[in-house]
Amino acid sequence: MAQYAVLIYANDSAHRAHATREETAPHDRHAEELERSGAMVAAYALTTRDLATSVRGDVVTDGPFVDAKEIVAGFYILEAPDLDAALAIAMLNPACHSGGGVEIRPIAGGGVVERPA
Amino acid sequence: MSEPAAVAAAIADAHRREWALVLAATVRVAGDLDLAEECVQEAYAAALHSWTRDGVPNNPAAWLTTAARRRAVDAIRREQTFRSKLPLLAEPEESTVDRLLDADPDGGVPDDRLRLIFTCCHPALSQEAQVALTLRLVCGVPTPDVARAFLVSEPTMAARLTRAKKKISGARIPYRVPRAAELPDRLRPVLGVIHLLFTMGHTAPSGADLVNADLVERALHLARMLRELMPDEPEVRGLLALLLVTDARRATRVDAAGRLLRLQDQDRSRWDRAAMAQAHDLIVAGLRGGRPGRYVLQAAIASLYAEAPSYEQTDWPQIVELYDRLLEVWPSPVVALNRTVPLAMVAGPQAALAEVERLEQEGGLAGYQYLPAVKADLLTRSGREAEARVAYAEALAVAANETERAFLSERLASLDR
Repeated sequence: MAQYAVLIYANDSAHRAHATREETAPHDRHAEELERSGAMVAAYALTTRDLATSVRGDVVTDGPFVDAKEIVAGFYILEAPDLDAALAIAMLNPACHSGGGVEIRPIAGGGVVERPA
Repeated sequence: MSEPAAVAAAIADAHRREWALVLAATVRVAGDLDLAEECVQEAYAAALHSWTRDGVPNNPAAWLTTAARRRAVDAIRREQTFRSKLPLLAEPEESTVDRLLDADPDGGVPDDRLRLIFTCCHPALSQEAQVALTLRLVCGVPTPDVARAFLVSEPTMAARLTRAKKKISGARIPYRVPRAAELPDRLRPVLGVIHLLFTMGHTAPSGADLVNADLVERALHLARMLRELMPDEPEVRGLLALLLVTDARRATRVDAAGRLLRLQDQDRSRWDRAAMAQAHDLIVAGLRGGRPGRYVLQAAIASLYAEAPSYEQTDWPQIVELYDRLLEVWPSPVVALNRTVPLAMVAGPQAALAEVERLEQEGGLAGYQYLPAVKADLLTRSGREAEARVAYAEALAVAANETERAFLSERLASLDR
């Protein structure tokens, strides 16, 4: 099995402050499905673009690093035997059906850091 | 002992016909494209000596496959022995060699060509990479020749191939035929690659000759192979038909001096009737079932052009209708431009001109050399010669193929006579 990161690109994150359950429902449902499938290793939804801060060199600016129509709205790590299997899962992401999309990147290494309690 | 010339011919023949089969069967054992490619190359080299000594085998593909797979197994074994001497550094996950030897004990030739084709044309690879990989791995074209076809240097092409193979192994693009549900999305790039190779060969992007016959042959070979492997796919039939009917006119597209001839000026008696008949049968079968796809429709259009007894007797209304259906399944501005040619015959050059101008304003064809060329012809036929001159000059500014440039210059000069 290999691990892939799925970066979700959308106009903005659905998870704005005080977002209603309805607004985030498709994403929550999809996350639950993935969890049940056993393919998901970790998942993070990010806040909206207006909370992003970027640092280039030593200059701090407001907003996402790349000035584009879409931003990374979230990402997750999934385990799959090959790229086709990873693509099949990633293509189910709601972002793919609402003007955005996903980027799939094989993971080279890393993981959650274990810390003493 | 066999005659060296006969052996060389047998090897060249096996290279052209069987490369894909041998490589595809070896990848399964090697588990890696690079290793498989190396082993197949060595097998072809070894054939020269063996076949001269023992005679050409009855089944050259089986001989080559066995030789290449044996090399792959040896290489994997060496690798495992190496690893077993360093037990602390790496533990082999499983005995790959045992698994592989079990898989095919009698050394028969499994037909894995479809796996190879779908891997080379995986949508996770750029089309540039797909085309290069297909030529190198499926057709067995040496890297320097692939580089020449793309007009890039050999190191550039070698780097492009290496990058593509690295992505296949690094991202784990699987070596398999897509499932039925994925097939339409996965077949599209395969057909696109073969069509692109044919187009590159049919009108060489630059240079003195109009046709690069080798690329045309490679594309036809691939289309036939795909048809043999997927006989029931309508679009596979459609693509083969399109290539056959287009290529049937190859001998008459230029005159004895190499000048481009328009369709109306070509000698129809010299067209390849056998190829046209074969295309016709494929098209009839393709039009029968359900909603025909883009290649079946394109082939049907090309076939209607070709089968008319003369240019004047072409069934123009039927061609316009097929173009309308083609635009529904493939809404491309290039198709819309091509549609204006039969439209001019049905509704007159003025109506066609209005359509060309509409397409020009939409901007989707900016820099496309055939737009000003079509426009210039329609302007000439409408008696608007001053504007036609401007359009021919525009077409000349973007055309790179010498034969096409000569044609456009000649048309421009004829306006002054």
